[in-house]
Amino acid sequence: MSKQEQHWEKTRNLLFITLAIWFVFSIGIFLFGAEMQESNIRPFGYPLTYWFTCQGSLAIFVILIFWFAGRQEKIDDEFGFSEREGDQ
Amino acid sequence: MIKGKFIDNLPKVYGIYTGGFLVFIILMAIAEQAGMSAKLIGIFFVAFTVLIYALIGWLSRTLQVDAYYVAGRQVPTVFNGMATAADWMSGASFVAMAGGIYFKGYGYMALLVGWTGGYVLVASLLAPYLRKFGCYTVPDFIGTRYGGNLARFSAVIVLTVASFTYVTAQINATGTIASVALDIPFGIAVYVGLASILMCSMLGGMRAVTWTQVAQYIVLIIAYLLPVFWISSKLGAGFFPHFMLADEVARIAELEGQFGFVKNSAADLATVPKGLAGITKAHSSVNATPWAFISLAVCMMAGTASLPHVMMRYFTTPSVRTARRSVGWSLFFIFLLYSSAPMLATLSKLSLIDPTLPTGIIGKTIAEVQAIDWYQNWNQANLMFISDFNGNGTLELNEFFMGGKAVVLATPEIAGLPYVISGLVAAGGMAAAMSTADGLVLAISNALSHDIYYKIINPKAETAKRLIVARVLLVLIGFAGATIAALEIQGILGSVIWAFDFAMSGLFFPLVLGVWWKRANAPGAVAGMLLGLISGTAYLIWVRSGGSGFLGITQLTFGIVGAAVSLVSMVVVSLITAAPDAATQKMVDDVRIPSGKTVLAQK
Repeated sequence: MSKQEQHWEKTRNLLFITLAIWFVFSIGIFLFGAEMQESNIRPFGYPLTYWFTCQGSLAIFVILIFWFAGRQEKIDDEFGFSEREGDQ
Repeated sequence: MIKGKFIDNLPKVYGIYTGGFLVFIILMAIAEQAGMSAKLIGIFFVAFTVLIYALIGWLSRTLQVDAYYVAGRQVPTVFNGMATAADWMSGASFVAMAGGIYFKGYGYMALLVGWTGGYVLVASLLAPYLRKFGCYTVPDFIGTRYGGNLARFSAVIVLTVASFTYVTAQINATGTIASVALDIPFGIAVYVGLASILMCSMLGGMRAVTWTQVAQYIVLIIAYLLPVFWISSKLGAGFFPHFMLADEVARIAELEGQFGFVKNSAADLATVPKGLAGITKAHSSVNATPWAFISLAVCMMAGTASLPHVMMRYFTTPSVRTARRSVGWSLFFIFLLYSSAPMLATLSKLSLIDPTLPTGIIGKTIAEVQAIDWYQNWNQANLMFISDFNGNGTLELNEFFMGGKAVVLATPEIAGLPYVISGLVAAGGMAAAMSTADGLVLAISNALSHDIYYKIINPKAETAKRLIVARVLLVLIGFAGATIAALEIQGILGSVIWAFDFAMSGLFFPLVLGVWWKRANAPGAVAGMLLGLISGTAYLIWVRSGGSGFLGITQLTFGIVGAAVSLVSMVVVSLITAAPDAATQKMVDDVRIPSGKTVLAQK
C-alpha cells in the first residue's frame, strides 16, 4: 500500500469513529428520550433528556471537533502530509 | 503593510471595540437614569451599532479578487470562528429560537441539537477538503471536481433556492427590528435594513463581511447573555443560570400540573390575533415522538453541512489545519448562545406564570394585567393578547397569548430590567439578522458573478469588470430579497428551516461524495442535485396543499425525501455512466492530503 493509501485509510477510520460518537449523541440517545427522562441521573439537577438537548450533546460536539482535529493533525504529521510554510 | 499589521493586531482592535461597546451601554444606562426616553435609547442602540458596521465595511473596501471572494485567505482561526458564529446565528437563532422552545418545549429543542451537531459533519466530511481545493464558491468546487458547466449551473440553482429562502427571512427580521426601534413603518424599515446590510458587504466583499461579522458577534453575544444572567440573579435563581435552573425547571412543571393545559375552543381561538400562541405543551417533559425529534435534527444537521454561506467561511482561513480548528471555535461560540436559549425560555416562562413572583400575571385579574405598561406596549405591537374566555375575571394559563419574537424581545421588560437592556437586545437581534443576511447575499452574488458570469459566460473578463458585476448583482439580489420579505409569506423560523431542507436536498450528497467517493462523476452529480431539489420541492408543495405525506415527514423535514432521492439517483447514475478520468481521480487524491498547493492553483 502506498503512503497515500495508508494515510487515507487512517483518515477514514478516524472519520468512522467521529461519526459513531456523533451518531450516539445526536440521534442514538434520543431514541430513548422518554426512558432517559425518568432516569435518576440528573446532571446539575435537570431531567436527563432535557439536559442533553440543552447542554450535554452540544458540549460533546464542541469537544468532539477539537479532538477530531487533533487526531487528524497527528495522522497528517505521521505521513508527512502536514502543510509547510509557503504551501498555500 | 497596514493590512498585515491589522491581522496581527486583531485581539487589540476587537478588545478596544468590546470595551467601547460596554462603555456605550453604561452611557446609555446613565442617560436613561437622567430621563432619556425609551424610544431615543432604542434609536441610539440600533443606529450606533449599524454605523460602526458600515464604517468597518468602508474601511475594508478592496479591488482585489482574492480579498473580495475569500478575504485574502488570512483570517485567523478564532476570529473566523466568531465570524462564522455570527454568520450562522440568524434572526431565527437570536429572536425566534427561545420563543419556539418556550411554546413547544422538547420538540423544538431538536433545533439546538441539529444546529450544533451539523458542525461535526462540516469538520469531518467537508470543510478541510474544500479549503484544500482552494475554490472561491461552493459551485466552484462542484464545477471543477465533476467538470462541466451543467454541474456548475445545477449547483448554482440549488444554492440560490436555499440561500434566497433564507435571506428573505433575515431581511424580514432586520425590518421588524428596525421598524420597532426606529418607529417607522415595516415597508420602509425593510429597505433601511437592506441598506445597512449592503453597506457592510458591497465595497469589501468577503473581507468586509468577515470583519463586520466579528464585530456583530460581539454585540449579539453580549446582548443575549447579559439579560439571561441578570434576570436569573434578579429572580434569585442563581448567578450562573446554566448550572442552577434545575429548581426553576421543576417549579414550572409543578405549576403546569396545577394549572393544567385547558384546550381552547375554535371559536375562542379565532379571536386571538394571527401569529400569537399560548402555552400548550409541557416545558421540560419529553413530548415529541423519537422520530419527530430525530428527523428534524437530522435535517438541520445535513442542512448545516450543505449551506454555502457557512461553507465559504472556511475558504478564508490560511490553511487546512486552521480550517479544521476553526470549525471547533465556530461551534464553541455558537454553543455560548444556544445553551442559553433554553435558560432564557425557562426564566421568561417562570416570570410570567409563577403567581408568587411580583412579575407573574397568571391568577391576576384581567383588568390588572391590562393596566400593566409592558402589556399595553406589546399588545399594541400585536405581540401579546389576553382574553377572559371563561368569564371568571382572572387570567388563566390558556388565556394568555404571545408572539414567538416577544419571548426574547419582551422578557427584559417583563422581568423589570431597565429599558437600556431592551435597546441592547434590539441591537443584538439586528446584528444577528444582518450578519447572516450579509453572508447569504454574498454567497448568492458570488456564485452568480464567479460561476455564471466569469466561468460560463465571459471567462476573459478582467478583474475590475468581474468585481463590478459582483457588486451590481449583490445590490439586485438584496432588493429582490427585500421586496419578497415585505410580502411576509412565511414566518422567520419556518423559512429558515425550509432553507436547510432545500440545501440538504440538493447539495449534501454531491458535496460529500465529491470528496469521499472517487467514482462519483458529473452525470451522477447533476442527477443528484436536480432530482434531489425537485423531489424535495414537490414533496413540500404536496404537503402544503393538503397532502398527507408519508413516514411522518412533514413540511419542516422534507429534506429527508430530497436527500434520499439525491443519494440514490447520484449513485445509480454514476455507476451506469463512465468513471471519471485520471485527471479527476488525481484531483480527488490531492484534495485528501493537506500538504502541497491548493488543487485549483495547480491547474
